[in-house]
Amino acid sequence: MVIIKRRQFLQLGSLATASFMVPKFLKAFEKVDRVPPGNKVMVILQLSGGNDGLNTVIPVRNDIYYRERPRLGIEQTKALSLTDEVALHPALVGLKELYDDGSLGILNNVGYPNPDRSHFRSMDIWQTGSGSDEYITTGWVGRYLDAQCHGCDKPTYALEIDDVLSLALKGQNAKAIAMKDPKRLFGTSNEKFFKDVLKNHRDNSEETVDYLYKTLSETLSSANYIFEQSKAHPSTTEYPKTELGNGLKTIASLIFSEINTKVYYISLGSFDTHVNQQAQQQRLFTEFSDAVKAFSKDLKANNRFNDVLMFTFSEFGRRVSQNASGGTDHGTANNMFLIGGALKQKGLINPMPDLSDLTEGDLKYKIDFKTVYATVLRNWLDADDTAILGKKYEHLSFC
Amino acid sequence: MPLSNQLKNQHLLWRAGFGPAVEQLDNLDSASPQTLYKRLQKASSKKPEYLQAADNYLQGLMIGIQDIGRLQKQEMSPEQRKELQRKSREGIRSLNIYWINEMVNSDAQLREKMAFFWHGHFACRNLNVFFQQQLLDVIRQNALGNFRDLLHEVSRTGAMLNFLNNNQNKKDHPNENFAREVMELFTMGRGNYTEHDVKEAARAFTGWGANARGEFIFRKFQHDDGSKTVLGKTGNFDGDEVLDILLDQKQTARYISQKIYRFFVNENVDQKKSEWLADRFYRNDYNIDKLMEDIFTNDWFYGDNNIGCRIKSPIELLVGIQRMLPMKLENEEALLLLERVLGQILFYPPNVAGWPGGKTWIDSSTLMMRMRIPQLINDRDEFNIKPKDDDDQMMGRGDEMKKKDGYGMGKAGRPINAEVDWSAYLKFYDSVPREQLVNDISGILLQTKKAVGPEVITQYADNSSKENFIKTATLQIMSTPEYQLC
Repeated sequence: MVIIKRRQFLQLGSLATASFMVPKFLKAFEKVDRVPPGNKVMVILQLSGGNDGLNTVIPVRNDIYYRERPRLGIEQTKALSLTDEVALHPALVGLKELYDDGSLGILNNVGYPNPDRSHFRSMDIWQTGSGSDEYITTGWVGRYLDAQCHGCDKPTYALEIDDVLSLALKGQNAKAIAMKDPKRLFGTSNEKFFKDVLKNHRDNSEETVDYLYKTLSETLSSANYIFEQSKAHPSTTEYPKTELGNGLKTIASLIFSEINTKVYYISLGSFDTHVNQQAQQQRLFTEFSDAVKAFSKDLKANNRFNDVLMFTFSEFGRRVSQNASGGTDHGTANNMFLIGGALKQKGLINPMPDLSDLTEGDLKYKIDFKTVYATVLRNWLDADDTAILGKKYEHLSFC
Repeated sequence: MPLSNQLKNQHLLWRAGFGPAVEQLDNLDSASPQTLYKRLQKASSKKPEYLQAADNYLQGLMIGIQDIGRLQKQEMSPEQRKELQRKSREGIRSLNIYWINEMVNSDAQLREKMAFFWHGHFACRNLNVFFQQQLLDVIRQNALGNFRDLLHEVSRTGAMLNFLNNNQNKKDHPNENFAREVMELFTMGRGNYTEHDVKEAARAFTGWGANARGEFIFRKFQHDDGSKTVLGKTGNFDGDEVLDILLDQKQTARYISQKIYRFFVNENVDQKKSEWLADRFYRNDYNIDKLMEDIFTNDWFYGDNNIGCRIKSPIELLVGIQRMLPMKLENEEALLLLERVLGQILFYPPNVAGWPGGKTWIDSSTLMMRMRIPQLINDRDEFNIKPKDDDDQMMGRGDEMKKKDGYGMGKAGRPINAEVDWSAYLKFYDSVPREQLVNDISGILLQTKKAVGPEVITQYADNSSKENFIKTATLQIMSTPEYQLC
């Protein structure tokens, strides 16, 4: 087993670019880059549906909060206290432990100008990293793949634990792989017919035909590669038997292997709590908290916690006032959790939302989410954030 | 080598329709593309029937509700409202299936294909089935008519006015969304107008709204009847006059022609040809039928660089298979699940910009799924794919919906159960010798220059009888990357 340094690995990546047009469709089956342990990995957890940030990180000494939420406001005594002023939702026990441990960071008031309240549109904006008045057809992680991996045959740089690939992971030339379970992906793609079809293909002058065969080749080789890697050092930690628990266990097993994956993407939802918010958020947060707790424990036990940065986001927060059905409606700015053993800033990184300074009942954003992307791209993944995001954003200092 | 009539005709049928139908196979070689196009035009000139998806119950519920405002003022009980939303979503599902059936079975292929294009152009997400079926009707009625009429009529639909927040566009509180998207996406395209034009145009649309049944309402007291300046013209414009100002701009003809070229001819636009089309489109006062005739009767449309280069959209793929292999689907909802997993659900475009198309359709998951579909049809295999939630559709009740009806869109874990009627298809190959079969089948099914070698197909086909061979070879060829193109 050859272990190479990260810098060499990146260089190999660019060599692969040059050799792309050589007879190639089979090559992908054989040789595989090795990524050394110590390599940094990012895990993105999408809280779909618009999580209510104010009942997640709670301003327990704020009168306006309780006034606007007579039914939904969470009492200070029930919440998990972080500071005199701030507490976590009672179900977020695992995150409270991470906070105490110095492995949790909280960014408040993250959003973007002219926020959109449609789930789909706002998710589009977050996933593409666009402004609210632009329509971009590639995702921000996808463009990271384009930049890191131009023409290379390793779409496994980013993996989504899902049956369907999110826009966030689709680049112009490179797209990530989506799979729920490495074994099932392997089973699906391991049809002999597909392999023979691929083998039978000769380079073609037709651009779209080549594009399809390139995708097919990458899929088959990646399925094989992911499956092999997932078996190399499977996690032995016990995870909750939930979808998120299973997903994070799969991610952990891959992190322990030598797979070249840099970005993992997984979703939990739906947090769209128009009605009966309390029960739904409680249930989802329990799943979230338990799974993340097992995941961080697992990573620590295997000495990889310092190499992993996880962050959460949601397409929007919710309105400050509760609605008439025991829920909250679509809002704007929201908080993000940062989780990992190597955070440079911990705890509450910036001030809580100012509830006395709202725009038509909604929080004002203070941090553009794209600065968070720029920060992780530059500081964690060592990538060219300006090229990927199409604009220069300031860098935060949490990593 | 000159291209055969068959290839050209198939090209025409894929682009000006949803692919050749099995009953057209006999004529593919004999007719010229020009004759075939005339036939398509004729079949598409009839007035389409209204596709009615809202059932009696839903219509009954709607009667008496005149104003969307009153609906929200809780004249209905929460249960009633919930039921209304559920029924409405169900209605949109039916509308989806009805329209797919039109695409598969209608002779008016050109019209339905054109309507499908406009459906992506005037992209609109809306959970009200009355709005959606009305917008679809406007689009189908005008699909080959005049773009001027189409634009005016679409702009007055409840679907679009609500989707783009024009019900909130009032004299004292203008909402620019509608005006902006009309300019950016429906007519001129970005960069051809100023922010000031958007502001002024938005004022002209103040007071434009619709009631709960989607009927246009002009709220006079909310309309700003002062003077506006849009694209250099000044006057006390209303919305219709602003639309005409946009149509006066040649840029609108250019923008639409280019988009049509990309959709119907080639993703890589030949600027000279597209400009030629725009000239004529503008001079013919936005006659869509003439524009399409300019394309489909032109030699360059049949140039080999334009054949087989387009990645079929999921709808085109799913409809195309059904046209060649007529089938009865026991579980029609499976179609919706496929649409969702492949990334194109009718009536649920990703945003107002529509489906980006081209290579964006293809990633590992969607390609594997596409290549497995023919087998799913054949084996009565089960899906083990779970699509993502759609919070806009589920409106906060995802959990409940998942329990109730699978995924709100199609039922996962159930087979497609398709009963294919092979008779006409098999008959077509009656006189074809066995060793010639794979080549002939490939010739019918594929538009690309090269295909997967006959030896691979033969190896996987069922050789026990000629009939079985044809069936299995067909499904194998449909499972190749080349079949994704047209």
